[in-house]
Amino acid sequence: MKMQNKNPRIEGLSPTEIQEINAEMSHYEDKTAVSIEALKIVQKHRGWVSDDCLVAVAGFLDMAPAQLEGIATFYNLIYRRPVGKTVIHYCNSVTCWMMGSEQIREHLCRRLNVALGEMSEDGEYTILPIVCLGACDHAPVAMVGDELKLDLTENAVNEFLGR
Amino acid sequence: MEKPLTKNIQPDRAFATLADYESTGGYLGMRKAITDLQPKEVQQWVKDAGLRGRGGAGFSTGLKWSLVPMDADAPQVRYLVVNADEMEPGTFKDRLLLEKDPHQLIEGIIIAAYAIQATMAYIFLRGEYHLAAQRLAYALLEARSKGYLGKHVLDSGFSLEIVLHTSAGRYICGEETALLNALEGKRATPRAKPPFPLISGLWGKPTVVNNVETLCNVPHILQYGVEWYQGLARCVDKGTKLFGASGRVKYPGLWELPMGTSIREIIEEHAGGMRDGYKLRGFLPGGASTDFLLPEHLDVGMEFDAIAKAGSRMGTGNIIVLDDKTCPVQMVLNLEQFFAQESCGWCTPCRDGLPWTVTLLKDIIAGKGRLEDLDRLAGLTRMLGPGNTFCALAPGAMEPLQSALKYFREDFERYIVGHYDEVGVV
Ligand SMILES: Cc1cc2nc3c(=O)[nH]c(=O)nc-3n(C[C@H](O)[C@H](O)[C@H](O)COP(=O)(O)O)c2cc1C
Ligand code: SF4
Ligand code: FES
Repeated sequence: MKMQNKNPRIEGLSPTEIQEINAEMSHYEDKTAVSIEALKIVQKHRGWVSDDCLVAVAGFLDMAPAQLEGIATFYNLIYRRPVGKTVIHYCNSVTCWMMGSEQIREHLCRRLNVALGEMSEDGEYTILPIVCLGACDHAPVAMVGDELKLDLTENAVNEFLGR
Repeated sequence: MEKPLTKNIQPDRAFATLADYESTGGYLGMRKAITDLQPKEVQQWVKDAGLRGRGGAGFSTGLKWSLVPMDADAPQVRYLVVNADEMEPGTFKDRLLLEKDPHQLIEGIIIAAYAIQATMAYIFLRGEYHLAAQRLAYALLEARSKGYLGKHVLDSGFSLEIVLHTSAGRYICGEETALLNALEGKRATPRAKPPFPLISGLWGKPTVVNNVETLCNVPHILQYGVEWYQGLARCVDKGTKLFGASGRVKYPGLWELPMGTSIREIIEEHAGGMRDGYKLRGFLPGGASTDFLLPEHLDVGMEFDAIAKAGSRMGTGNIIVLDDKTCPVQMVLNLEQFFAQESCGWCTPCRDGLPWTVTLLKDIIAGKGRLEDLDRLAGLTRMLGPGNTFCALAPGAMEPLQSALKYFREDFERYIVGHYDEVGVV
């Protein structure tokens, strides 16, 4: 995930973002319907959805920013604060919990020296809990970026962290 | 034993391409439906076959389709929506079908859309299922290039577009009316029923919502016929189903088995029984929102009515196993934390009742509980039970709690009474 704009005050949406949002729009009855897709598109390019971005997207979709904010905060996968380049989602639902997800979380936090939800000092990682990832037969599991990691042990964690 | 749903899933390949899928008879069911049958006849076939929804509620699929208004004066725009939001803790069946054999789902969608004459279908896919999204997008392109999607499917008068929508993560999106709000780009709170989505759903138009696994059954019914499909099962429910087991069993996994297969066979044969050093204490037969059952229920068959009679629900058919070294009270706390976090907050009993449940459970585990708290918890299971809340999330949340209070009461009491002892000593 690259930061497109070094300037923290982002003026508006990039041409690529606008193009991608428009492409989604063709599939739905009205503009509002793409609000979630639009937030995900912006987040894909910028890593997270800042207040300025949110206002820009709302403007583009003819929605009130407060309405879009209500949607953005409702969903677990829209980040309203900066996250590391790679987000590690560890599953904390029932089977993974039984099979040791808490030890995995502790190990992750210790290795990266970071608290849940915080960004590691080098900006590389954020660790977040997530609900059942649909891989309970390989518990405990985590999603590292877009990739599912199965049958986790402390060694397996060290391996994918490379540290 | 025939395994229509998983026959294309093979260990030596990542997933079934269009060529793989067609090499075992794929898309023949679609051809039969569109070329030989009227939409109403397709509905009748699926109804006669006895297919019941695999999303958890078990409603007859053919009956559901037949309730969509289709007369000349009914709305001409209708939608089919695929519920691929799998997020019920302990459930891992739809992901396999999506990742390994995407064309099976696409064929099911085409047939279902034809049956209700919908020209637009949406796949509502869980945002975290990235690999499934890739495979589906690829398969949709393949199907389109063959003329199975788009204008005039197989040169018939029927046209269909399928849009892949990826969600942004929230369990309540799986509830079908919340899902429709999410698709419309809104906060995913459930809608009042009636009107039911079948009459007024997506953008106010008649809409059928079906689970992934449900639709994956459909091509086979059309291809091989009603009698063949009925012959697959071992009970009054028909067909096969993906059953799973997770927890401290020897070989956690997922297996396609006849409806009616006993829970004992699933846990002892397919999952290999308990891991060495662990005993079976109980299990949730069909995901987080189903009641606990005990080892004495092992001979119950995986069929809707039989499991209901035993006091639980088949739900998603993916069993979560409780072993003798895991505390059932802590397990229930984990479950209730999930439900409290995922409640959409729309109605008061659920919004306030679930956090209270969590607090009571935490206090009990911390040794700060009293015996009256068990009555309070029981009161909550009634307050949040069926009929008192806007959707089925809250009643579902109460199922593991109410059955744990019934079957594992001594585990709750041990925390409470144990504390009294300590106080006494001090
Ligand atoms: C809180 C909640 C979550 C649900 N999640 C799902 C889900 O992830 N997938 C699903 O197919 N059905 C889910 N359902 C059930 C759907 O509302 C609906 O019954 C189902 O999609 C209908 O499809 P079927 O008839 O093919 O089973 C959920 C229901 C509730 C109340
Ligand atoms: S029962 Fe819970 S999840 Fe369902 S509508 Fe009410 S608050 Fe929302
Ligand atoms: S409980 Fe963790 S993947 Fe299902």
